[in-house]
Formats: sequence, structure tokens, C-alpha cells
Amino acid sequence: MESKSFTTGNRDNPNTDLHGSKNMMASHFLRALFRIQQTSTSSSSFAGRSRRIRRAAYASMAYSAGARRAWSRALLRKLRSRARLRFPRRLSRTARPQRRDMDQAQVLRKLVPGGPSMDYCKLLEETADYIRCLTTQVRLMQTVMDSISSYAHHPMIP
Amino acid sequence: MSSRRSRISEEEINELISKLQSLLPETRRRGPGRVSAAKLLQETCNYIRSLSKEVDDLSDRLSALMETMDNNSAEAEIVRSLLRS
Repeated sequence: MESKSFTTGNRDNPNTDLHGSKNMMASHFLRALFRIQQTSTSSSSFAGRSRRIRRAAYASMAYSAGARRAWSRALLRKLRSRARLRFPRRLSRTARPQRRDMDQAQVLRKLVPGGPSMDYCKLLEETADYIRCLTTQVRLMQTVMDSISSYAHHPMIP
Repeated sequence: MSSRRSRISEEEINELISKLQSLLPETRRRGPGRVSAAKLLQETCNYIRSLSKEVDDLSDRLSALMETMDNNSAEAEIVRSLLRS
């Protein structure tokens, strides 16, 4: 498979924290995907499997950051309580213009796990890390998609 | 918030906001001059929403793909090779 490797793509910094957590994220997510595939039966619903995959995505994000971050701790708590993972989705369509950055901070608090209990400074810090983690997870999922679908179209002949 | 506290951390806040800006996808090139913090936060919110939506969409697509695969050994090979990477 000559597709670019997800975790070793950047060879400039082999030992940074991000590289380590990318590895953790990838292996956690892949193991979860494998488990989901193994435990899916022909009667499993598409939506149910999709929900499990989505949950696995957020779980691997949370585990890769571990206890180091407020957002990941909050996300882990949510996951362990088996609560439904809900995130606000509607794009901001405000009736009155939001002028002060404090108002937007309130909106942002609802989007970042653990946001409501963060002060403004902490919120900005945690948001940056959360975004980095989200983009990494999205790229991971795209890589997995590409690998599996390229296999499906070009099966290896024994 | 006391005024002393906001004076001390205003620089820190500006730095954090510009760090956030560097993470946002580059949209249309803005004219000279800084974007307001409020606008940046709004874009940050929209960006997080769009990333969450991508996670949802990719979950759907992965689910559909997995539905079509019934060869256990083939999947195991894929997962193994991905874990090796």
C-alpha cells in the first residue's frame, strides 16, 4: 500500500507529543472499528453501526489527549456515563449581530466539551487543542476510508 | 472580573486568539487590519461545527463501506497493515 501513512507522514518530528498521540488515536480507532465490524451482524442497522463508529471517533480523540486536557476529561466523563453524544450542529444564524467576543465565547462554550466551566482564557486554550485533535481525527478517518475503499476496488489476488 | 486581572491577561488573550486564527482554514483573503475577536470566535464556532459534521459524515460512509465487506481475513489484513503504518 503506497498511500501516505497517517502517523508517519511527517518525518520532521518523530518524537513530538502529537506524533505519540496520533499513534494512540489511530490504533484505538482502528481497534474499535475492527471490533465493530466483528460484532456487526447482517441484522445490524446502518444507523446503529454509524453511531458506534462516531462514538469510537470521539473516544479515540479523548483517549489520545487523556487526562491532560479539560476537554478530553469532560469528553471521557460523557463517554463513560454512556450518555448520547450530542453536539450543537446548527450554523450560527443570529438574529442580532454578536459584537462582543464575550457573546461568541458563550456560543463556543457549548461546542467544546467541558466548555461551560471554563473561564475565557482556558476556553481559548482548550479550543485550540480540541480543534487540532478534531482535524487529526477527521484526517485519520479519511485515511481509513481511502485504504478500505481502495482495497474494495482492487482486491489483492492471492 | 477585576480590571487588574483583565489588564494583565489581555496580551495573553490576544496571543491565544491569534493561535486560534492560525488553526482556522484560510478563507477569502482579508484586507489589511486585524479581524475582530468576535468574528474570529464566530468562525471558530463554525469550523468546529463543520469538523463535527465531517466526523458524522465519515462515520456514515465507513458504516456503508463496512456493510459491503464480508471477508474477515481481508479486513484483518487491512487493519493490520494500517496499524503497522
